[in-house]
Amino acid sequence: MGTKTFIKIALVGNPNTGKTSLFNRLTGLNQKVGNYPGITVDKKQGVCRLSKKITASVIDLPGTYSINPTSADENIVYETLINDKNPDHPDVVVVVAEVENLKRNLFLFTQIKDLEIPTVLVINMADQMERKGISIDVQALEKALSTKVILLSARKKTGIDALKSVLKEYQSINTKTVADISERIHGHFFERIKEDLPHFSTYKSWLLITQKGTSDFISEKDQEKINFFKSRSNKINKFQHKEAVFRYQVINDILKETYSKNRTKGTDLRGVLDRILTHKVFGYIFFALLLTLIFQSIFAWASIPMNWIDSAFAQLSEFAKLNLPEGKFTDLIIEGVIPGIGGIVIFVPQIAILFMFVAILEETGYMSRVVFLMDKIMRRFGMSGKSVIPLVSGTACAIPAIMSSRNIESWRERLITILVVPFTTCSARIPVYAILIALIIPEKRYLGIFNLQGLTLLALYILGFTAAFLSALLLHKVLKIKTRSFFVIELPSYKIPSIKNIGITVLEKTKAFVFGAGKIIFAISIVLWFLASYGGKDFKNSEEIVKSKPTSVELTENELSREIATYQLENSYIGKLGKTIEPAIKPLGYDWKIGIALLSSFAAREVFVGTLATIYSVADDGENATTIKERMNSEINPITGGKRFNFATGMSLLLFYAFAMQCMGTLAVVKRETNSWKWPILQLVGMTALAYIIALIAFQFLK
Amino acid sequence: MSDTIAQLEIGEKGIICDIALDNIPLKLLEMGCLPGKEVELLQKAPLNDPLYIRVNESYIAIRVETALQIAIDKI
Repeated sequence: MGTKTFIKIALVGNPNTGKTSLFNRLTGLNQKVGNYPGITVDKKQGVCRLSKKITASVIDLPGTYSINPTSADENIVYETLINDKNPDHPDVVVVVAEVENLKRNLFLFTQIKDLEIPTVLVINMADQMERKGISIDVQALEKALSTKVILLSARKKTGIDALKSVLKEYQSINTKTVADISERIHGHFFERIKEDLPHFSTYKSWLLITQKGTSDFISEKDQEKINFFKSRSNKINKFQHKEAVFRYQVINDILKETYSKNRTKGTDLRGVLDRILTHKVFGYIFFALLLTLIFQSIFAWASIPMNWIDSAFAQLSEFAKLNLPEGKFTDLIIEGVIPGIGGIVIFVPQIAILFMFVAILEETGYMSRVVFLMDKIMRRFGMSGKSVIPLVSGTACAIPAIMSSRNIESWRERLITILVVPFTTCSARIPVYAILIALIIPEKRYLGIFNLQGLTLLALYILGFTAAFLSALLLHKVLKIKTRSFFVIELPSYKIPSIKNIGITVLEKTKAFVFGAGKIIFAISIVLWFLASYGGKDFKNSEEIVKSKPTSVELTENELSREIATYQLENSYIGKLGKTIEPAIKPLGYDWKIGIALLSSFAAREVFVGTLATIYSVADDGENATTIKERMNSEINPITGGKRFNFATGMSLLLFYAFAMQCMGTLAVVKRETNSWKWPILQLVGMTALAYIIALIAFQFLK
Repeated sequence: MSDTIAQLEIGEKGIICDIALDNIPLKLLEMGCLPGKEVELLQKAPLNDPLYIRVNESYIAIRVETALQIAIDKI
């Protein structure tokens, strides 16, 4: 057997075992997050050097308790391990277990081992053994499991080298089964399986038999044989139960000899914290305070770097204007690209802070407590306690939030969650809110700490959640889907979050978000700029037309050139488009320029600011580069003579953006997750109609 | 009729004696919630549902409707 120079490693383990910490240790920043083809589960892959000659690709598979998949996430683990033609099918599997609950972790280990793939066991958090009074006889355990066992601490960086040298020698790992189920469950039945499918390991055949539906990665002939066994036994459920009992017997026997825990040792941090954090009253108070802190800090902390970014982009435009040769191309850069990009970069501080908080809540283990606290209440709205995670992470971005709804067992609860998540205030709304709030809400403080602008933002967040819950209630009453709802969630022990893990998460997600949104904004701002810079006959002759007007005689040169620019914009292609839709949006208090921003926002909300920036900079006479906010503030409503962005229009816009479904990415993800166009179309039409009506009422009352 | 996990008070323990297999998720069995195991009720969520239990050294939350399917002998 030759030594391979490139091997494939898969990390598998229960949730909360520090699998991702180990992945980060092995690969460093040498990793990328992609998507599995066809579905949108995050696929984390990285590269690790095992020795001078051997490199390994490491894949971090989603956390699971068992190989039997009950969700889309777990299905990845199942498919990757069982299908040897899968491009990610590993040469060697690393099962990551945690020192405290070795028993349950070994359940998954024995399943994978029985697939007869080289499998090693890593026992993570070994640094806490002494404190918790745990001792493990590694040699005896290795013998009993017939593999290598590595004690390791991903946090303290111990044992990593030992793991690497074991992985180098993976070909010498014994692939014997540890818990041969065939004898114990039904000898005759499994004998037949072995005879009929000799080229599969028995456990692989058994897993194929227990799955619903067909498996497209095995040959038709094999599938026929599998179907035969499926139909022959109506006892599959019972066998699965027997299997679970049997595996735990084997594990208990092994651990009796190799693992001991001194129960008098160890502090009961879990007990103490849970008594407060899951308390009927204090639990809620703590959660409410935490949310307030998060939202207040998003506005307060982020405002300083946001101001820097805003003026930096204004200066960049100015600099480009002075240094680039004059011409159409330069105009495109100064008027289209720079303001467009500035429109997204400005909210990087806010989404980074938001992602950071969500990551901390997950890492510490607090998020599961919230799920526990909220389940009963959420059920009244037709959702599950687990819907809290999508709803909270929806405040960062609805796309990953909808994906995180996958672990909700009941399809009905999951569907309602998916449908209402886009109401939560996602970070793409922040730049729109931020600029509108800054324009219409005075910067006042109450009692020294409450910032009026911050409170307005908080009110918008509350509004988003309220809309989500009310529409969930409506769906709960209307939807006629009957599914059985199961609910099981682990409450992991509390952990101090690792700065490295949080940092990597924030970096990855912010990067993905900015580049994803950036591409759309970049493209749209270029298209907009072209549409705004070209037009029909009136556009070309605008200079003569304006000059020939009798009123133009009294204008100064500056006023005249501004007049020409405005006339030009109105007669450009985009101006004509805006004018066409103006009648529909006039009752909401918008003019055709806002209408353009509204239309382009249907690609993604955050495009709003960039669009206005592009339109105003085209209309500008170009004497001085100012910030977007200053430009919006100086925009005049020609009919009233007052500011265009007055209180009524501003509120109407805020409410429109709070309710409307303006995100193609979300619609695409909903289509994929629900496997139907029906639901995304319902969202688009329903939410946008609601937005229109509410914005209409608000403007008519306030004007 | 014997007791189920739903009849435990906070701090009380029991040994699982019977599980209505058709009405509980396989996942729960795979996490080690099996006959013969000790269960302790640690906490009830507001409105007394879900229940926070310790079984097989796992700390998990299940709903009352699932807890009713797991018969125990109190100890």
